[in-house]
Amino acid sequence: MTSDVDATAPKYLRDKYAIIGVGETTYTRGSNLTTRALGTWAVKNAMEDAGIPASEVDGMMSYSNNDSTPSPMIAGDLGIRLNFYMDVYGGGSSSEALIGLAIGAIEAGMCNTVVVFRSMNGYSQVRIGGTGVRAAAPIGGDALHTSPYGWLSAGQNFSPSFMRHMYDYGTTPEQVAMVKVIHSEHASNNPKAYYKQRLTVDDVLNSRMIVKPLHLLDCCVETDNATAVIVTRAERAYDYRNTPARILAVAGRVCKPRIDMHFQHGPISTVAGYYIKDIIWPNAGVGPEDIDLTGAYDAFTFTSMLQLEDYGFCKKGEGGDYVSSGIMRLGNERPNNTSGGHLCEGYTHGMNMIIENVRQLRGEVDDYCPVDDQDRKQHTFDYSGGACRQVPDANISMNLGWAMPGTGSSMVMRKG
Amino acid sequence: MPQGEYRGMNLTILDIDHENVAYFGHCAEHDFHLQQCTDCGLLRYPPGTACPWCQNREFEWTAVEGKGAVHSYGEVHQAIQTQFREHAPYMILIVDLDTQKGEPSEHEALRIAGNLVTPDGELAPPELVKQVGIGSRMRMVFADVSEGLALPMWTLDEEAEQPENPWRYPQEYNGV
Repeated sequence: MTSDVDATAPKYLRDKYAIIGVGETTYTRGSNLTTRALGTWAVKNAMEDAGIPASEVDGMMSYSNNDSTPSPMIAGDLGIRLNFYMDVYGGGSSSEALIGLAIGAIEAGMCNTVVVFRSMNGYSQVRIGGTGVRAAAPIGGDALHTSPYGWLSAGQNFSPSFMRHMYDYGTTPEQVAMVKVIHSEHASNNPKAYYKQRLTVDDVLNSRMIVKPLHLLDCCVETDNATAVIVTRAERAYDYRNTPARILAVAGRVCKPRIDMHFQHGPISTVAGYYIKDIIWPNAGVGPEDIDLTGAYDAFTFTSMLQLEDYGFCKKGEGGDYVSSGIMRLGNERPNNTSGGHLCEGYTHGMNMIIENVRQLRGEVDDYCPVDDQDRKQHTFDYSGGACRQVPDANISMNLGWAMPGTGSSMVMRKG
Repeated sequence: MPQGEYRGMNLTILDIDHENVAYFGHCAEHDFHLQQCTDCGLLRYPPGTACPWCQNREFEWTAVEGKGAVHSYGEVHQAIQTQFREHAPYMILIVDLDTQKGEPSEHEALRIAGNLVTPDGELAPPELVKQVGIGSRMRMVFADVSEGLALPMWTLDEEAEQPENPWRYPQEYNGV
């Protein structure tokens, strides 16, 4: 099987593009709004954040599992005339991939500035957990080898990979639970987070078992929300309101040798990050030691750990030690998911972790810190509950997007 | 068109889906077969349209022994599908077949999914779930759905020597 292809690209666009605006709706379980209304709300917020008028946005992209509203509807509502749009099928790990494709569209001369959005009623309409409409559909084709075994939700699908990591490397439930503990601490400093309560390892291990090795609190919180980011050329980025987050590299939907029944290609405790690292690090021109904060996709506690390990933030097999060491905590060496991530802030298929890192790089995270007379945050760097979540001197961030054990995406950004 | 209801699910194999029609058709005869490449000779799973190792589209259906060891598993305590709820906790097993294990490279194997069932094909009760973990020796049985459609399942291989302590997730939940 062709698993060891040369992954480095002969050409990349290091530092030539930037994110100039970010925006989101509130995170709820029951939005009582259409995905069109949610999408419009998030895109409008991103435009206001950037200070960009509708006349200067001419590209739009989105991804969904056929549970959203297409770009031209959102653009039309906001008076945006599009020179380019594309709506693709996709869930987790699409965020970074679409930012890369937005760069490609601009580089091809198709448009100048692209909004990438994700709008989903992930709790009240289409639940990724597989209940409701999704569970009632007829089963055929590839799904005949999984669904009839009561094996259809993300947690059920991934559970053998997670288990095998524990078997191969001695990873413990207590170690992995620390991902939730730390993200809950971060969320306690995030006014937007759906769950703000700080939790302990015991809280996680005593929550009900969903599918071993996942307790309820190892799983993210499905929410209704929309999220948006605006991408343009770096030289244009300084025309707008904020310090741009400049994009050093992206990798999009990189796969293990096969992802249909990915268990055929072992080790199954190794995930797509093993392959992504050979693209993202050379193209970004930095390595794990240069990263100030990470956004490792936490659909589950395990997904953050497996990715951080395979990208090289620790040695293979030492992910349990890494996530339980405290290194990912605000105030320590390399905080992860400072918004609380999918586990606590809300489930957005990765977009909220990009938004968070953009704000971190600006030094303008929306925590509970006071503002000065010019409405700028006066960060205290007090990370106790209900206080600050700004990372001091955040210069380089990384997003690690997860679709499944066999597929992932990534992005490295720097402060502009 | 093979079609049937199984635990509240409507399973349908389109006639044009020749690979799955043949695969599940063999299972319906309780005679496990996999596609074998006519060029490099490697077996493959799940059913597919070419050989992942040599890209050859030609293959033959070859009888394969349904025996192996558990490579990993999931154990569902909160079922989604209604008709699985009364059987929770139930196990989803990924079993390395003895045939072609470690080929064509060290970490590859024919890893066949299935639930843990009793020898007569019922979803395993809790006392049986507790006995099975990574390394357990399994043999394949079949759950009949309809004409031309049965699902491979796994039961403990009574004739095999079982590991003394197959690896299981360290925390018990509701006694399992």
